[in-house]
Amino acid sequence: MSTVLETEKTPYLQVLNKDGDVVNPSLMPDLSNDTLRELMRRMVFTRIIDQRAIKLSRQGRLGFYAPAGGQEASMIGSQAALNKDDFILPGYRDIPQLLFHGWNLTQWILFSRGHQHGTAMPQDMHALLPQIIIGAQYAQTPGIAMAFKLRGEKRVAITYTGDGGTSQGDFYEGINFAGAFNLPAVFVVQNNQFAISVPVELQTAAETLAQKSVAAGIPGYQVDGNDILAMYAVTKEAVDRARAGNGPTLIEALTFRFGPHTMSGDDPTRYRTKELENEWEQKDPLVRFRKFLEQKKLWSEQDEEQVMEDAKNELNDALKQADAYPKMTIPSLIDSMFEVLPDSLKRQKSEYTGKEDA
Amino acid sequence: MAQMTMIQAINNALDVELGLNKDVLVFGEDVGHNGGVFRATDGLQKKHGKDRVFDTPLAESGIMGLATGLAMQGFRPVPEIQFFGFVFEAMDEIAGQAARMRYRTNGRFTCPLVVRSPFGGGVKTPEMHADSLEGLFLQTPGVRVVIPSNPYDAKGLLISAIRNNDPVIFLEHMKLYRSIRAEVPEEAYTVPLDKANVVREGKDLTVIAYGAMVHTALKSADELAKRGVQAEVIDLRSISPIDIDTIVTSIKKTHRAMVVQEAQRSAGAAAEIIAQINEHAIYHLEGPVLRITPPDTVYPFAQIEDEWIPDSKQVLAGMDKALSL
Repeated sequence: MSTVLETEKTPYLQVLNKDGDVVNPSLMPDLSNDTLRELMRRMVFTRIIDQRAIKLSRQGRLGFYAPAGGQEASMIGSQAALNKDDFILPGYRDIPQLLFHGWNLTQWILFSRGHQHGTAMPQDMHALLPQIIIGAQYAQTPGIAMAFKLRGEKRVAITYTGDGGTSQGDFYEGINFAGAFNLPAVFVVQNNQFAISVPVELQTAAETLAQKSVAAGIPGYQVDGNDILAMYAVTKEAVDRARAGNGPTLIEALTFRFGPHTMSGDDPTRYRTKELENEWEQKDPLVRFRKFLEQKKLWSEQDEEQVMEDAKNELNDALKQADAYPKMTIPSLIDSMFEVLPDSLKRQKSEYTGKEDA
Repeated sequence: MAQMTMIQAINNALDVELGLNKDVLVFGEDVGHNGGVFRATDGLQKKHGKDRVFDTPLAESGIMGLATGLAMQGFRPVPEIQFFGFVFEAMDEIAGQAARMRYRTNGRFTCPLVVRSPFGGGVKTPEMHADSLEGLFLQTPGVRVVIPSNPYDAKGLLISAIRNNDPVIFLEHMKLYRSIRAEVPEEAYTVPLDKANVVREGKDLTVIAYGAMVHTALKSADELAKRGVQAEVIDLRSISPIDIDTIVTSIKKTHRAMVVQEAQRSAGAAAEIIAQINEHAIYHLEGPVLRITPPDTVYPFAQIEDEWIPDSKQVLAGMDKALSL
């Protein structure tokens, strides 16, 4: 691998071509057959959950949802390169990474519906809830990473944004702070080429997004974001480098979202051509990896059906649990504002409980 | 005990807390080797090390993002925004992020951080240095806002703020940094957050002020006393939340009130104070609650700031009016 600091043009890193053939053996990660199968299982699981989430959202059974279909390789390949105690600062589309880092489907459904308890992540899950303010997760990542460095913990902070997010000030401040303090952080840009309706060409005149790393003086790589093995390999190298005390990395994953921006009324046919969508369907990350595994006799139609069945059952169970979950209340909302409630809030709480001594 | 200016008291508070708690971190632009543009952090890096007291790149949002991340991981960051007029750069990380962390994660993560920042007029600073922007954070759920008016309170309130487990905005009036000396204990002590302080007792009029206006109000009250009229002056200390109980107790005695602030009429805390007085003490009032403030303009260029900021004559005239209505 070489960085944009060393070459004129950012290299485009790929392990598998669209037929599932290994085109770059030197980048091929050393993964067991079980792990390879697990990566496929996670991608299929995510695709099914995504398809169901879109339907559930239309039925009003889910709230806010940003479809992830098409981006499974960049999301799951990068998350799989982490340790359990590494910390994820996700954007709002990055639900799959959280689900495989310890969030459960019930909490995700509660979060989507706007329930506070969806975001109370387990103590042993190291992640923040999806960030709505684009770029803020990049500004916070150096803080998490500096905490690990100060305590001498061999942990890494990883964060995600989209192509549009690279235009934010916080994007640059985040990578620059991490560089200046030599922090164990990995910054991922999932370039799905559209920020709602605005194509990446309108975000910047830069030829790649990975080369924005040059402005922070840190390594940057552009990766085939629909190639899970390339995403895993490049993220793993960045994570290892960070863990060894050698600073942050920026990774651009070139990918495409099959669905709309969010389920809140976005219609991608207004800004994307059928030709472009067809072109990217040919690059479906699941198809490519399935071909690779089938060639190695590691994946069958039966395996695939089993994952689909599991995903549907797990989601149905989670929906039942979420439906039965107690509703939020104003007093509990007030209680979550401060450790020690100011008198003014105590008074306001009593207005909702009808008790003076709230 | 030692005689200290407010800047020395602040330096001493940081020194004491850095010594007592290894999770306390002090950082910002020029706070490390240089000891801060006002020397608030002078000597702290040398004493406590570069891992505890350090300089950052010049980017306020980055500084507050760093603080938010560190706070989420259990550190107690005390970041500095060099002048509070620059807070707009960091507005999302304070109001959009740190202030909401406990709520949005249902307590899984908290932000025990203190944003220290100088503000305040009367020292001929360039643009965007002196603006009184505390009102923005009075309107931000999830943060406390503290403004000390003297060295003793500055140290005690800053230690309380650092030990508090939620975000605190700690605003330091530049004109007060070196203009008063007071007895300040060398060891750690706290002044409670959320509590106002009656700095002058009186039975005829309640004057509510904070920051440099406390001293202006005290001067006016002394003038008023020459005529046999006694104003009670309350130093608010905490701008958010407002200690309405102390204010109401005073109004029950005086039956008249006014608010003095350095922020513009529609900014600051005055409107909120008056609204709360209306809710809690209207039947104890014999007249309307006035506010003495600068006009609703941008903070002026240095040449006219002394006319723009309320002085003791203007406050005295306000007192006369409040007593006559």
